[in-house]
Amino acid sequence: MASFLAKRLLSGVLLLFAISSLAFFLIYASSTNIASNILGEGATADQIKQKSHELGLDQPIVSRYFSWLKHALHGSFGNSWANNDSVISEIMRRLPITLSLVLIAILISAILATTLGVLAAIKGGMVDRVVQMLAVAGFAIPGFIIAIILVTFLAVKTHIFPATGWVAFTDNPSNWAKSITLPVISLVVATMTSSAQQIRSAVKSVLERDFIRTLTSRGISRREIIIKHVLRAAAPAGLTVLSLQFVGMLGGTVIVEKIFALPGMGDLVVNATASGDTPLVMGIVVYTVIIVIVVNLVVDLINGWLNPKVRVK
Amino acid sequence: MNTRSPLRKVLRNPVGIAVVAYLFVILIFALLGSSFSHWDPNKPDVFSVLQGPTAKHWLGTDSAGRDLYARLLVGSRATLIAAALVVLCSLLIGVPAGMFAGYYGGAFDAIASWFANMLMSLPAMIILLSVRTVIGSSIYFSMVIFGILVSPGFFRLTRTAVMAVRNELYVDAARVSGLSDIRIMSRHILTVVRAPIIIQTSMVAGIAISIQSSLEFLGLGDAKLVSWGFMLNDGFRNIFMKPILLFWPALAISLTIASFVLFGNAFRDALEDSKKIKRKKSDDVVVTTVIPPAKDESKHLLSVTNLGIGYPLADGGLKKVVNEISFSVDKGEVLGIVGESGSGKTQTAFSILGLLPESAVITSGRVTFNGDSLLSPENGKISEKAMREYRGKKIAYIPQEPMSNLDPNFKIGYQLVRPMMKVLGLSKAEAVTKAHSLLKTVGIENTDRIFNAYPHEISGGMAQRVLIAGAVSCDPDLLIADEPTTALDVTIQAEVLDLLRDLQGKFDMGIILVTHNFGVVADLCDRVVVMQYGSVVESGDVRTILKAPSQAYTQELLGSMLVDKTPMTLLTSGKGE
Repeated sequence: MASFLAKRLLSGVLLLFAISSLAFFLIYASSTNIASNILGEGATADQIKQKSHELGLDQPIVSRYFSWLKHALHGSFGNSWANNDSVISEIMRRLPITLSLVLIAILISAILATTLGVLAAIKGGMVDRVVQMLAVAGFAIPGFIIAIILVTFLAVKTHIFPATGWVAFTDNPSNWAKSITLPVISLVVATMTSSAQQIRSAVKSVLERDFIRTLTSRGISRREIIIKHVLRAAAPAGLTVLSLQFVGMLGGTVIVEKIFALPGMGDLVVNATASGDTPLVMGIVVYTVIIVIVVNLVVDLINGWLNPKVRVK
Repeated sequence: MNTRSPLRKVLRNPVGIAVVAYLFVILIFALLGSSFSHWDPNKPDVFSVLQGPTAKHWLGTDSAGRDLYARLLVGSRATLIAAALVVLCSLLIGVPAGMFAGYYGGAFDAIASWFANMLMSLPAMIILLSVRTVIGSSIYFSMVIFGILVSPGFFRLTRTAVMAVRNELYVDAARVSGLSDIRIMSRHILTVVRAPIIIQTSMVAGIAISIQSSLEFLGLGDAKLVSWGFMLNDGFRNIFMKPILLFWPALAISLTIASFVLFGNAFRDALEDSKKIKRKKSDDVVVTTVIPPAKDESKHLLSVTNLGIGYPLADGGLKKVVNEISFSVDKGEVLGIVGESGSGKTQTAFSILGLLPESAVITSGRVTFNGDSLLSPENGKISEKAMREYRGKKIAYIPQEPMSNLDPNFKIGYQLVRPMMKVLGLSKAEAVTKAHSLLKTVGIENTDRIFNAYPHEISGGMAQRVLIAGAVSCDPDLLIADEPTTALDVTIQAEVLDLLRDLQGKFDMGIILVTHNFGVVADLCDRVVVMQYGSVVESGDVRTILKAPSQAYTQELLGSMLVDKTPMTLLTSGKGE
């Protein structure tokens, strides 16, 4: 188990290093006139030179990279070019909003997708056909169009929910719940249907395995076989589906936050890229990759623990 | 596989026609869109902003007074170009890389797979936004990057397919005949992966459209471009004044994505149709002659009379796998059912315990156990609950392949104890004690180790002993053993047969031994039923049949045993399957 964990960790660190390096060189190598862009059109050549020096842009890219890496290893991603705030504090302000959105959505989605998927697999017939149809519909209507529909009908036309804005949980729990209801629904609807279908096929393939027939022949009830044996055997596949869904949701929040004007990471990344705020973009990339790695690691750990072959060693 | 016939099948189903027609119309709009409307989609008109539908502007105008109808038509171009770019780019990267990785394996495979996993684990949207500072505002460049990000889908698909066919005979033959690897890959292997690639392509096209319109909706990209995403953006900014602006582009985007997805699904269905037997409702199939469960007066433990089993075919017909067979087993008697693979012997065994796959249909006959019917007169299957009265307690089952018949996630002990608690109503402590003594009975010395082991920690022979212990744990009257020794080494085979003989004497059970091996029959059975093509060829006392088989087929089976070959393949020519 320890070596299994170490291997996964190492692979995660490698991934983080590879992605951040790639992002750094891509972004910096192609960014031109950074200083003059920041200063605006009226800047003199001297001012631009001064600013470039200040930002370290007159250094060769490789040495800039190592300097960035050194600071990053010490937990600093520098300051935003746009407002000179520390990148980390900016991200830390935004991250809780996005994470609470995604975590609540993934929880609801996991419960719904598992219920629907398992029912479709074991009941077949109508339930099965409905799940299949939902999967097509969920795929065909992009999440942000669902968000737009929700805003139009439940916020703009009927005012049941606020159309935009964020209320902190600590300020007012019931308004907080209202402010995240529509965003969460948008995220859930967009991903749940496809997960349900994947969980359905995972359960179906377990049902076809030999040991299920043998358990049946021993006089164990179908109910117990499904709850104990089938769900257990399908759990790793289900968790993998959910982890992919989690990553998908991180991307999905970008649009959802924009539509509902939530001040989360998605909103931050849109603004940062629009203004060419490179240190902030780099910080966001690194944080996102870290989150993805942590999620995958947690799923690997649970799957390792679920699998006797890995656990018992 | 030929791609033409599934395509033709797609066009025969109504959804398929609708979808292809819709995509065709969109394509025409993309090519000639501006000639269907005399409005310039980009021409602003400050005097007619946010108008509703009029005779002049059929769908109204947007916040800059541009004609919505013209924009909707011309917007299809950006959508199709974006989808094409993503598909092309991911195909060009994913398919060749997958082929090389699957065909050659080794370091390239390892590195490429790592890379694919890495790309797949990243949130595409955030990556796209981050590299936007690099690639500038053009949406088409973003689509190229997105193509790279989704190429692992094609990579994995191709790699798996190639690995599966790489060692097929016809690929070997091509290699031996001197074709170059590149030739083999493009000729033989590409043919195999073509169909799944078409399905994946339609899915990727759908995702691409969704991502493209998302980016434009966010206001990213060249604002002069006429596209559905920008129409959404404009509509969203005016959502409080004119939410209808959102309707048309949202509809167009959803319909287009749905068309691609449905095309992929229809294509897959068409493919599966030609491969798989389509499930028919069981009441479509006429159950011919199930005899009502009158009390069977004969003294047999189990009697099977005129049993027929079939599977529905796509054309509504029925493929019979067991043809009206009859046999019986008495208390304490060992009956062998002998035949090759596909002779229907395992199907027969499963039907007795109600373990047939759901699609199977009992077409005729009756099965009685101690005089009680195990088949219902309506559709041949009795309820789960009624069947549970028999399973384990009265009729038990020993499977063929030991390892796959133990649940890998539960300890051996649990898998032995739980049925005894359920079926016999033992307390946990009693069941544990009994499990240990059962393990001893089947010849396991260190019962503690096995009891606490997971299935992967024990050998195949050990696992088969455990399964036998499980089968006899609830003192059944009848044991159905389906090729109990086939998956085992020769030395262990003999031990397991000895064990079965001992247990049979000890518990005075009736046994049905399903096997292809006359040696096993000679060793263990009192009577034997010889099956071929789902019918009984011959049956009777073992000695009689071994000494003087009356049927040519039985002679052949016996003959093949004598030259020490297991008759796993069809021996007789003519009647194939």
